[in-house]
Amino acid sequence: MQGGAVITAEAMKSCDREPVVSQMPGEAIPEGQRSDGRYCVVNKPVPRVDAYEKVTGRAKYAADIYFPNMLYGKVLRSRYSHARILSVDTSAAEAMPGVYCVLTAKDLPGEQSWSTYLFLAGDEVRYTGDAIAMVAAETPQIAEEAIRAIKVEYEPLPGVYSIEEALAEGALQVQDYAPGNIVRNTHWPVRKGNVEEGFAKSDVIIEREYRTQYIEHAYIEPEAAVVVPNPVDGSVTVYGSLQNPFMTRRAVAVALGTQIGKVHVIQQTLGGSFGGKEEVMGLMCGRAAVMAVKTGRPVKMVNTREESFLESAKRHPFRLRYKVGATRDGKIQAFEAELVDEGGAYNSQAQFMNWRACVHTTGCYEIPNVKVDVYAVHTNKVYGGAMRGYSSPQVIFGQESLMDELAEALGMDPVELRLKNAFRPGSVTATGHKLEGQSVPLVDLIKRVLDETDFFAVRERYRKEREEAAQSTGAPEGRLRKGIGLAASFRGCGLGAESPDATGAFVAVMDDGSVLIRSGLTDNGQGLSTAHAQIVAEELGVKIEDIVYQRVDTSSIPDGGMTVASRGTFTGGRAMLGAAREVKKALFEVAARMLECDPEDLTSAEGIIFVKGDPSRSITFKEVANRAFWSGREVSKLFWFIPPDLPWDRPTGQGPAFPTYAYACVVAEVQVDMETGAVDVLKVTAGHDVGMAINPALAKGQIYGGIAMGMGMAIMEEVEFSDGDILNPNFDEYIIPTSMDVPEAKPILYESDDPVGPFRAKSLGEGAMECVAAAIANAVADATGRRIRELPLNLERVLLGKSLKRGKGGASK
Amino acid sequence: MDTGSREIEVNLTVNGKKVTVTCPANTRLLDLLRDYLHLTGTKEGCGIGECGACTVIMDGKAVNSCLVLAGSADGSEIITIEGMEKDGKLHPIQEAFVRNNAIQCGFCTPGMVMSAKALLDANPDPTEEEIKIGISGNLCRCTGYKQIVDAIKEAAEVLRRRTA
Ligand code: FES
Ligand code: FES
Repeated sequence: MQGGAVITAEAMKSCDREPVVSQMPGEAIPEGQRSDGRYCVVNKPVPRVDAYEKVTGRAKYAADIYFPNMLYGKVLRSRYSHARILSVDTSAAEAMPGVYCVLTAKDLPGEQSWSTYLFLAGDEVRYTGDAIAMVAAETPQIAEEAIRAIKVEYEPLPGVYSIEEALAEGALQVQDYAPGNIVRNTHWPVRKGNVEEGFAKSDVIIEREYRTQYIEHAYIEPEAAVVVPNPVDGSVTVYGSLQNPFMTRRAVAVALGTQIGKVHVIQQTLGGSFGGKEEVMGLMCGRAAVMAVKTGRPVKMVNTREESFLESAKRHPFRLRYKVGATRDGKIQAFEAELVDEGGAYNSQAQFMNWRACVHTTGCYEIPNVKVDVYAVHTNKVYGGAMRGYSSPQVIFGQESLMDELAEALGMDPVELRLKNAFRPGSVTATGHKLEGQSVPLVDLIKRVLDETDFFAVRERYRKEREEAAQSTGAPEGRLRKGIGLAASFRGCGLGAESPDATGAFVAVMDDGSVLIRSGLTDNGQGLSTAHAQIVAEELGVKIEDIVYQRVDTSSIPDGGMTVASRGTFTGGRAMLGAAREVKKALFEVAARMLECDPEDLTSAEGIIFVKGDPSRSITFKEVANRAFWSGREVSKLFWFIPPDLPWDRPTGQGPAFPTYAYACVVAEVQVDMETGAVDVLKVTAGHDVGMAINPALAKGQIYGGIAMGMGMAIMEEVEFSDGDILNPNFDEYIIPTSMDVPEAKPILYESDDPVGPFRAKSLGEGAMECVAAAIANAVADATGRRIRELPLNLERVLLGKSLKRGKGGASK
Repeated sequence: MDTGSREIEVNLTVNGKKVTVTCPANTRLLDLLRDYLHLTGTKEGCGIGECGACTVIMDGKAVNSCLVLAGSADGSEIITIEGMEKDGKLHPIQEAFVRNNAIQCGFCTPGMVMSAKALLDANPDPTEEEIKIGISGNLCRCTGYKQIVDAIKEAAEVLRRRTA
C-alpha cells in the first residue's frame, strides 16, 4: 500500500462514491437517481469562496484601486435629449492648472462609436447621457471644475419620447439607419399552425394590452474603471467593474484604434451588475483608455449615482398586445401577440432580447396556433439593455395576467386553466420544440407550490375576509383587502439558438496539490466562482479549500462569450467539468501506477485517491499531483465546451430554441389599502426547478434577491422621464426595496433529473425574478377585483386605475 | 469653490490608531478614509445618505460618512470595517454573515456589518423587526435581506452567550 493516506470516516459517510453521476451532455442519468447525499462538495451549502475578502472589506472593487501618478477622468454630458452641437469651446478648461487633457470627438484616435454607442458625440446628441467632451485632471474636484468650464452651443431639436411617437406616421427618425424607428434586426416572428382557424374554433376570445416601465439596475456599486497605459508597447491594462471583460476589451481596442490583443482587461470584484455593467463600461473604459494613452498616466473614472442613472442601460419597457382564444373546456386554441419594446437612442441589445421574448411569448403552455411579432423602436431616451431576466419579466407579466383574465372570461379557475394547458413531457412549444430528453416537471412543480402555500384554502379565506369586512363596515369593500395570485413560467437555459454558447475553462493542478481554476465568465456577485470551485472539487475529489479561483483576465483565458442568460453555471460549469475530467484522467493514470491497480478502479474524495471498495489502498491527491507534475505529465487543461447546434428558422420562428428549460411557479400574497392604494406584499413563495442546486444556500440567495427585485418591479420602481430627462436619478427618488419592504420569502428548490447541465444543474439567476411581478399583479387583482395592466402598481394606479403622469397613458395627457 | 481648496488639518482616531490628515476643507469623511487613508472597505453608493454603503461608526453611532465633513470628524473616534477583525479573527457579526450566505456582490456588506454592530452594541437582543429597522438605511440589491437578517440574529445570540 502506498502513502498510507487515511480516508476519514466523514469522507466515506458524506459521499458514497458509487455511483457518481457527473455526466456530460447527452449522457443519460440512471432512472430515479437523486442527489441526496451522493456528493461531497456540490449540492452542499459551502460558504462562498470570496466571503472572507468581502466581509472584511479587503475585496478590491474597481474604485478601490489607486496608482501613483493617477489622473481622474470626467465627462461632459448633453444638456438636451436631442440637439445639434454647434460649437464646443474647451479653452478655459484646458487653461486650468491640474488639467492634463480635454478631448472632444475630433480628438478620438480610433472609432467614434462602439457598436452604435458613442464614446463622444460630434455634431448631434440623441439622449441626455451622450458625452460631448472629457477631461483628465489631478483630482476629481479639478476634473469637475474643468467640465463646468467647457462651453457648448446647442440647437435643440424635437425628439421622440414614446413607442407611439416612434411609430407615428411621419415620425422623426432617431437614427438614419433605422427607418420607421424600428431598431435594426429586432423583428422576430413566430408562426405555428393557423391562428385564424384557432380563433374560429374558440368559444371565448379576449384582447388585452399591458405595459411595463423603464427600470434601473440599481446595483449598489456605481461604474468604475482604471486604465494604465504601457508606453513601451502602446498596450493598456484595464481594471474595471465589468460584467463582460471580453466585450470591454473590444470596445477599448476600437476606441484606441489598436489590436484587441494589446488590451489587457482584468475584472475587479463586481458590486452587482444584473446585466447592466456592459455598454456603459465599454464606453467608460474606452474613454479612460484614450485619456490614459494621451497623457501617459493611469486614468481613473468613477460614476456618481446620477451619472450612472443617466448613461447606464435600463430594462426595456414593453407594450404587450394580445388576442387569445379558448374552447369552453379551457383548452387554448389560438394566441396572437404583438410585443413592442422601447430601445432608446442606440443599439440596445433588443435584437437579442426580442428573440428570447418571441420564444417565451406564449408562456409555459402548449398552444396549437400561434402568431407572434416582436420588435423594438428607437426614442430619444436612454437605451435599453440586458437586465436580469432579459425580456422575460415584462413578457411574463403580460402573458400571466392574460391567463388570469382568460380564466375569468371562461368562468374557470385560473389554476385549472394553467394546469390544463401546461407543458408536459412531449409537449410542443410555440417554436415547435418537442420537449423530449429533458425534464419537464412543470405540472408537479405547480402542484407542489399550491400545496406549500395551501393556495385554495388561503384564497377562500381572503375572499371571506373581504366579504365580512365589507359587511361590517357597510362600505362596498373593506379598507384592507388581502389577495393571492399565482404565475408560472419556463425559461430557456443558456443562450440557446440566440448566439454561439461555447465557452472555455482552465483547470491546472499544482505540484502542492492545489488546483487553479479560471473561467472566461464572471462572478458578478451571484457566486459563480463558488459554483465553479464546487464543480471542480467534486469532480477531482478534493476539498473546496484546495481550489484557487482567479478573476477573469482577458490575456489568460480565451474569450468565452458573455456572462449573461444565466449561463455561468449551466454553460461555464460544463466547461469546468470537462477540464476537470481530463486532468483527473491524467492524475488517475499516475495514481494507478503508484497503487498498482487499474485507473478504472480508482475514485477520489476529500483529497484522497483510493481503490473503489477498498479504501485501505489509497494515496493523497497531493502526492499524485506532485509525482505527475515532476514526471512531466500534462496536469493542466484548457477545455472548450461547444453545445450542439440549435437550428432556427427566422421567418417562421420555428426550432428547438434551447437545450433545456427551467420551470418556475410563484405565489404572492398581498394586502391592499383601498383608501390609499398602497400595496403591501405579505409573502412570496417561489418554486424553482433548479435541476440540482450546486449550492443550495447560494441558490436560495438568488431566489430571495429575485423576489426583492421582482417586488420592486411590481409596485415601486420606475425611471421617470420628462421628455428625455430622467427625473429621479438617485435613491432618494428612485426607490428600491429596503429591509422593511421585502415580504416574507419562501424558496422551494425543486430538483429534477435533467441530463443537460453540469451535475444536472439548470439556470436560476434570472428565473428567480421573472415571475414575481406577474404573481403580485394577479394577487392585487384578486384583492381589489380590479385588473391593472400597467407596471408599477403604484398608489394612483391601484386607487384610480390610471397614472396621473403625462405620457403614461394617464388622465392629463 | 475656494472654500474647497482651503486646507485643514484633521486629527482623529481610526480603528484605534491616532491619525492626522491634511486635506481640503470640503473633503468628506468618506474621502478621507478612502483617498487619504486607503481604507477602501467603506464604499460610496449614492453620495447623498440614501444607500448606507459608506456607513462607519463615529463615537459609537452609525453614520453615513458621505454626509460628514472631514473637519467635523475632528477629534472623534471612527471604526470602519477594517477595524472589525481582531488578531486575524473575524468579529462574530462577520462570521455570521459568512455562515448565513449574507453576502453576494459584497458591496453593501461593510456598511451592513457596521450598521449591525451599532445596532447590537445598543440593543444586544433585538427582535426581527428591530433588526430590519436597524439596517433599513442600508440598501442591498442582491440578497433580498433575508440571509442578512438571519446572520444578525445569529450574531446577536453568539455575542450574548459570550458576555453571559
Ligand atoms: S454613499 Fe453614503 S449613503 Fe450612499
Ligand atoms: S450583496 Fe450586493 S448589494 Fe448587497
